[in-house]
Amino acid sequence: MPINYYIFLAITLFVIGIIGVLTRRNAIIIFMCIELMLNAVNLLLVAFSKMHHLANAANDITAGSDGQLFVFFIMVVAAAEVSVGLAIIVMLYRNTHSVDVNFLNRLKH
Amino acid sequence: MNITEILFWVLSVVAVLSALMVVISKNPVYSVLWLIITFFSISGHYILLNAQFLAIVNIIVYAGAIMVLFLFVIMLMNLTRDTEPQKNKWLKLAGAVAGGSLLLVLVAALRNTEKNMTELGTGDIGLIKNLGRVLFNEYVVPFEISSILFLSAMVGAVVIGKRESPLATGGTKVEKTNARIETYSTQPVNEE
Repeated sequence: MPINYYIFLAITLFVIGIIGVLTRRNAIIIFMCIELMLNAVNLLLVAFSKMHHLANAANDITAGSDGQLFVFFIMVVAAAEVSVGLAIIVMLYRNTHSVDVNFLNRLKH
Repeated sequence: MNITEILFWVLSVVAVLSALMVVISKNPVYSVLWLIITFFSISGHYILLNAQFLAIVNIIVYAGAIMVLFLFVIMLMNLTRDTEPQKNKWLKLAGAVAGGSLLLVLVAALRNTEKNMTELGTGDIGLIKNLGRVLFNEYVVPFEISSILFLSAMVGAVVIGKRESPLATGGTKVEKTNARIETYSTQPVNEE
């Protein structure tokens, strides 16, 4: 499978995530769209690691495993980010009784 | 067209359509469910690329843990009904146009890249044996640092999500300030 198809698929998923962040106003859905963008990047990293492995497998038997480990670390950071971000969203909901981001444009109080 | 190409196209169509439904759905619970379908199809892509460790981790961590957390938060907030009044239609149109322009630019820029092939179904760098060997030989320090990151995220989530009784119950700024003064005048300072 050519790498172009994976590039276009990842770009499409990433752009759908961006459109979700720009158009929706529910903070939870914006957060989910960020997760979607992270996953698009993960997919592209795995595809590139396999491409690199196919090109360099004769020289280095573990060529390309760095990319998959980066995906692993991205998942770790995303899990930590989600726990803190959802705690922030719950606290905002407790204070304002809404998760609409238009109500949250004043960080003064 | 062999079986892996058919699987690739099917998984791609499922991923893109369910990702669109995440954005389109009015009900946040449906958005979560569509996003779980997207994650499963991305895991199918990982299996197709023979990255089996990442496929399993993607299902366990994303579809299993993170999405359940989202679902719990949505149900805790009782947001299952449509609580999002859409007023500005032009803003949505502007967002869609901006995203579509970005898609157009990126696709046009990357259209003529070299047609390098990715290997499907072969190559064993994605197996847990080889990934674990590289992880614990070359990436030990980032691995340990990520455990500290998890610990700090856990502490941060508990601290942020903790309910402080007089301060977080709404009310105006003056009431909050009065409550804060009252709290600090009755308690020793170092007990906070």
